[in-house]
Amino acid sequence: MDRSSLPDLVCPAGSLPALKAAVDNGADAVYLGYKNDTNARNFAGLNFDPKAMADGVRYAHGKGCEVLMAINTFPQPGRTADWRAAVDGAVELGVDAIILADVGLLDYARNRHPQQRLHLSVQGSATSYEAINFAHREFGVQRAVLPRVLTLAQVEHVIRNTPVEIEVFGFGSLCVMNEGRCWLSSYATGESPNTVGACSPAKYVKWDKTPAAPGRPGQMETRLNGILIDRFADDEPAGYPTLCKGRFEVQGETYYALEEPTSLNVLEILPEIIKIGVKAIKVEGRQRSPAYVTQVTRTLRAALDALANDSERFHVKPTWQAELAKVSEGNQATLGAYNRPWR
Amino acid sequence: MNQGFSIPKFQLPGFVARIGEKLPQWPHAVALTTALNAAVKLKLLPEDSLAAMEGKTFVVQVYDTGGQAAFTYRGGFFRPLFNPAGSPDLAFRANLSAFLQVATRQEDPDTLFFNRELSIEGDTELGLVVKNMLDAIDLTQLKLSLPQLPRLPINLPFSQR
Ligand code: SF4
Repeated sequence: MDRSSLPDLVCPAGSLPALKAAVDNGADAVYLGYKNDTNARNFAGLNFDPKAMADGVRYAHGKGCEVLMAINTFPQPGRTADWRAAVDGAVELGVDAIILADVGLLDYARNRHPQQRLHLSVQGSATSYEAINFAHREFGVQRAVLPRVLTLAQVEHVIRNTPVEIEVFGFGSLCVMNEGRCWLSSYATGESPNTVGACSPAKYVKWDKTPAAPGRPGQMETRLNGILIDRFADDEPAGYPTLCKGRFEVQGETYYALEEPTSLNVLEILPEIIKIGVKAIKVEGRQRSPAYVTQVTRTLRAALDALANDSERFHVKPTWQAELAKVSEGNQATLGAYNRPWR
Repeated sequence: MNQGFSIPKFQLPGFVARIGEKLPQWPHAVALTTALNAAVKLKLLPEDSLAAMEGKTFVVQVYDTGGQAAFTYRGGFFRPLFNPAGSPDLAFRANLSAFLQVATRQEDPDTLFFNRELSIEGDTELGLVVKNMLDAIDLTQLKLSLPQLPRLPINLPFSQR
């Protein structure tokens, strides 16, 4: 298999150093967002101001790496102009594609900037080829990012029935609840990824530690807007403070009632993903540091290149798995929905 | 920044902390705030992040050296706090190896936090601001501006855990 038939490796950039790390370690494309609620990783201190954005686009393009701009939240009442301005700004910057979720915004982008390449965000929650073909027909969408809820067979079914390129998640923390439709964060805090650009915003999060023996991490409790989400024993790995990853008491038993804190990791099924014709593999984690971006990009690049060199004898190297396991949330990896027996 | 050497996870022997705790703590705070003020001067720290830090108090504690630095950010400068009163708005606590791994971008703070090697206590949003602010510093810029940046010791004379 030659390298040009490999899917693109699409890596996260929450800052300029993270962008450079992705580019330098073999990403084919980076995705990023503005420092405001027009993107779904609107975390305090994260993302790009106009200068960093321009520097980042220049750096990536200088090294032959594409830049995808995520404007993937939903315009809030009375503030449509902010989202439209974000789209106009992205076009002006010369990004290779804009990742959008809202149909109104897709319509705007299509009419205002007919030449601009558009991708359908995972937040757009299109899980069927009918939905994707609709976005293609109405807004000229050229690629769709599939929510992490489909099995591999379902992904293949979508690919066979659409002219739109398909991008899937390859690595990162799992957000499982029909992306774009989850109400858990709104339930606890009144704010959600779709509205303010962040799930379980940090200002509602409280980590409470009980004093521990010297040199020990001690017991830790996580609360989201006062709601107890989890309690970690001394030395037990912790996860993100989201409701979906909490342990709750259900009928007298306490367990991960919704989802365990895990990371998706598709290394094992990489050959199948390529075989069914996936066009791009996305790494989650714009909120993570340049160190994470370096480690994950480098590892997935090595795996993809190994496949390109000799797909017959491809095997997952233990060092790759170790590198990815280290940065995983909850320190465990899963194939997520891809290999689920049920649908 | 992380060229060809890597910092192992290690923990200094207990006696180091026992001695360290007895030493005056203000030199750490002076060193740290001097470095941070240099970064401010070079405009490496984004304005909006600095604004969010105005008037807040911080503690950085290194468990295994027994060292602790308390400081605040006020009126455009980081200032050491010699007699910190009450609990700080934000505290980072970890062993020296974890701080070195974060400082050299060898490890992601989230990774260390998930693995319970880095403790972040206090105002979570402020913690995120600080973490993201440090992540956003372009070290290539820093290297250009500070050619004399001290190298970290490569062979750390401590046993690996
Ligand atoms: S609560 Fe969990 S599933 Fe819902 S949006 Fe947040 S991370 Fe995703």
